[in-house]
Amino acid sequence: MISKKDVEYIANLANLKVDEADKDVFAKQLGDILEYVEKLNELDTDGVVPTAYTVPMKNVFREDKAEPSIERDKALANAPDKKDGQFRVPPIISE
Amino acid sequence: MELYDLTIHELKERLVDQEISVTEVLNTFYERIDQVDDSVRAYVSLTRDEAYQRAGEDLTGSLAGIPLAIKDNMSTEGIKTTCSSNILNNYRPPYDATVVKKLKEAGAIMLGKANMDEFAMGSSTENSGFFKTHNPWNLDHAPGGSSGGSAAAVAAGEAAGALGSDTGGSIRQPAAYCGVVGLKPTYGNVSRYGLVAFASSLDQIGPITKDVKDSAILLNAITGHDPMDSTSVKIDKPDYTEFIKEDVKGLKIGLPEEYFSLEINSEVKESVLTAVKKMEEAGAIVEEVSLPSAEYALAAYYIIAPAEASSNLARYDGVRYGFRSEQASNVSEMFTTTRNQGFGDEVKRRIMLGTYVLSSGYYDAYYLKAQKVRTLIKEDFDKLFKEYDLLISPTTPTTAFKLGEMSDPLEMYQMDIFTVPINIAGIPAISLPSGFDSAGLPIGLQIMGPHFGEGKILQAAYTLEQLLNIKDKRAKVEVSK
Repeated sequence: MISKKDVEYIANLANLKVDEADKDVFAKQLGDILEYVEKLNELDTDGVVPTAYTVPMKNVFREDKAEPSIERDKALANAPDKKDGQFRVPPIISE
Repeated sequence: MELYDLTIHELKERLVDQEISVTEVLNTFYERIDQVDDSVRAYVSLTRDEAYQRAGEDLTGSLAGIPLAIKDNMSTEGIKTTCSSNILNNYRPPYDATVVKKLKEAGAIMLGKANMDEFAMGSSTENSGFFKTHNPWNLDHAPGGSSGGSAAAVAAGEAAGALGSDTGGSIRQPAAYCGVVGLKPTYGNVSRYGLVAFASSLDQIGPITKDVKDSAILLNAITGHDPMDSTSVKIDKPDYTEFIKEDVKGLKIGLPEEYFSLEINSEVKESVLTAVKKMEEAGAIVEEVSLPSAEYALAAYYIIAPAEASSNLARYDGVRYGFRSEQASNVSEMFTTTRNQGFGDEVKRRIMLGTYVLSSGYYDAYYLKAQKVRTLIKEDFDKLFKEYDLLISPTTPTTAFKLGEMSDPLEMYQMDIFTVPINIAGIPAISLPSGFDSAGLPIGLQIMGPHFGEGKILQAAYTLEQLLNIKDKRAKVEVSK
């Protein structure tokens, strides 16, 4: 049901790299799970309103007031690489 | 009974009466940890220095001086919070989760951070990115998951109580396997601010304790509206300890036939039905009921949870925090190699599953369908709770399986068949021990209630706990050299 090619496609969408040896395993496992969830089609859900949250919830807004955000040093404290108060990453456009 | 075997309320009494000092309590628990954690492996990190520093402070509040374990997916300021994942192995949050803040205000002391399945994905704590936790009742068996470290810590006397998180049963299932009490509160009753998100519409933090009274005490400390969490519900906060009384007279209890007709271990079934019989003798009215859509809950869960996880876990890219792969010549390669090296297989599997069901052309067939089924499941529960106060089932179909025994993910997912519907419907449920199987492993019984029905659940659980009279039974951890 899920091919190796599907796995490559999904992994790409999810920013994941799947090792060649694992592709077949993932294809089989994802296929099995998707086959299992087919079970839902036994239920008629025509006209049923979908539920995202199970407790009543309206728009939740805080007061529209500017507040200080997290300090820069604290925000950068966990960065694997930083320079001049900024996060540093490898080149976005390389040769 | 040793000091580390005491419940929170028993420890509290001794601390208040000044029979013991906070430092003595800490000494006892850390000695116990030093003695057994090489075998149990409940903790990913210990916060000894911070704990002793706290012990020197003038602690006040309902949990003054009480030592607790915190699952490692709750943010602790300046203290490593890893989600048992290599991608976060060095992450020190700049703030405390609301529950952690509340526990501090109540005077509790954190002993350390508890092991878990990576990003709370799993039912055995074998999926931890670091090491497996063992069941204190029998070290060859799994403690359950994903809050396996929290449950094992409490069961082994390595903490007076603990916090876990429950997305599809991750508090109740390990509580059942480890013979302790685990409560998943109503969705929105406990703030999720600072809980590292797995599936946002299902996750809920709750207590894991030695007895039901402790569960009420911890719940009191962590509930309440939080403006930092937009899904936190504004309601009047009851004193849950007021429900700790023996009384089930006239209480209407439903036994969902779909739960009992499934293939479940006969010892588990018998233990639960015997417990229910005792409640009936104590005055409860017990009837068989039907929950037809419950059998679809697991399928809906395995669409909703991975879908939300794939979105929540998109933030781990190695830029702002966590592990970053050095093997990349450009930024795009850095994202993929970081995620490939940082995440374990179960996490990758769920991210891919979630990405697939949300991808173009499949959204309606999977995600929307699952959200509609969710409506049907919720309506089924709502209908039953109009007529019944509570529902009872086993927590899990079997007792704790052996470590390494479950190799097929789909088979492992079946362990959550009784717990998942509760998260799908957003209702509260508790697991408490109802007995032991012939191998001496604990059996868990689950009591479910309507939204914000925690009080009634606790009252029924407390009554049952007194009737069963096994609450003082503790795991005898085999200490390996």
